[in-house]
Amino acid sequence: MIYLDHAATSWPKLPEVLQAMTGFLERAGGNPGRSGHRLSIDAGRIVYETRELLAQLLGAPDPLRVVLTPNVTYALNIAMLGLLNPVTDRVVTTGIEHNSVMRPLRALEAQGLELVVVPCGPDGQLDMEAMQEALLPGARLVVASHASNVMGTLLPVGEIAELAHAVGALLLVDAAQTAGVIPIDAPALGIDLLAFTGHKGLLGPPGTGGLIIAPELDPSVIRPILSGGTGSRSEEERQPEMLPDRLEFGTGNGPGVAGLGAGVQHLLDYGVDAVRAHECALTQRMLDGLGKIPSVTMYGPLDVERRTATVSLRIEGHSVSEVGWRLDEDFGVLSRVGLHCAPAAHRTLGTFPEGTVRLAAGLSNTEADIDVAIGAIREIASA
Amino acid sequence: MSDFGVVLLPSTAAALRSEKVLQQANLQIRLIPVPRELSSNCGIAVRFTWVDRDDVEAALARAQVDYEAILPL
Repeated sequence: MIYLDHAATSWPKLPEVLQAMTGFLERAGGNPGRSGHRLSIDAGRIVYETRELLAQLLGAPDPLRVVLTPNVTYALNIAMLGLLNPVTDRVVTTGIEHNSVMRPLRALEAQGLELVVVPCGPDGQLDMEAMQEALLPGARLVVASHASNVMGTLLPVGEIAELAHAVGALLLVDAAQTAGVIPIDAPALGIDLLAFTGHKGLLGPPGTGGLIIAPELDPSVIRPILSGGTGSRSEEERQPEMLPDRLEFGTGNGPGVAGLGAGVQHLLDYGVDAVRAHECALTQRMLDGLGKIPSVTMYGPLDVERRTATVSLRIEGHSVSEVGWRLDEDFGVLSRVGLHCAPAAHRTLGTFPEGTVRLAAGLSNTEADIDVAIGAIREIASA
Repeated sequence: MSDFGVVLLPSTAAALRSEKVLQQANLQIRLIPVPRELSSNCGIAVRFTWVDRDDVEAALARAQVDYEAILPL
């Protein structure tokens, strides 16, 4: 079996990730931050260590500004719903966003938010002139994916930050597809809010993710969208003001966070640069191989430096669902077909509503895996 | 008065950050449940040897850890 669905979730998980999760339940089973006994403190230490590791990996100077959430969707919602006033605010986003960005923004738009979607070119590249123009009237927030989950296109988030800051807007980046696979230095890029998921490039389990808040951003501007127990300021019946407690509600996913910490530690040891080099080599091989099959149309940039390892394609005369089914049944190649929760991106590509076949390589794949996938696509295309 | 002092912190994450920062500064410290007679916003506090008070303050300041109070135990 060849797993090429790392853009959905990375697999297989590393043995140390599994060990960290079972270890948390076996040995550190207390509720982190709720009690003063040793098991609670041990659990709290594991959660805190994960904050430090994430801060180190993603360039956050203060680990207390690493807010842990159940996934990137929660992180994006906490940021957008907490920050925005739909009656007065204007938001600019891009034409390749995932539904985790578009659905909350469309819901706010229905309440009065002024929402501008800046178009992207046919390979997903953002039209930076249109972005600058869209920002002329000012904005409260710019929301941009770091990379498309459909065709891998990287957006120039550093340049977007400059344009956003020039009009006094904040930048929220959805790093679901890039954290752990592309080096990210959030302060150097000017990212005010960085939302990430734990179960993709960061190699952790599902049910983990977070939001990193820049040191300059006053956390009081983000209203907590939920509230509840934090283990702190228990005498007060309102949500505490300090981070991370302000934006963490109720008991967290301790074993998941422990596993995430092990995944991030692996990345720090191995090096995100090395991950990137590995994935670029695999992507180049995939693009070269698929490019030789005449009836295959590929989407996204052909330059591997401008994209992630997520490759989208169609085969002329074959529905995407048929291709995905045959890849799995006949060749043991696991892909994802359809709209990938990103109808906006598929409208940009011109592949709405059928979608594409997505082959997303990751750290666990080899060149031999890519060759099998290319051979399988060639055979399906020749039938 | 005992030989110990205590750092009161706003959150568990801040208490655990303090623990690490102070250990890295080679200070003898221990996490303890916050004594109920002292008010704090968080369930755990950092106990240290009172003679180290200046070093504790300096280490926390260097790491920019916000604490609520430093008190003798």
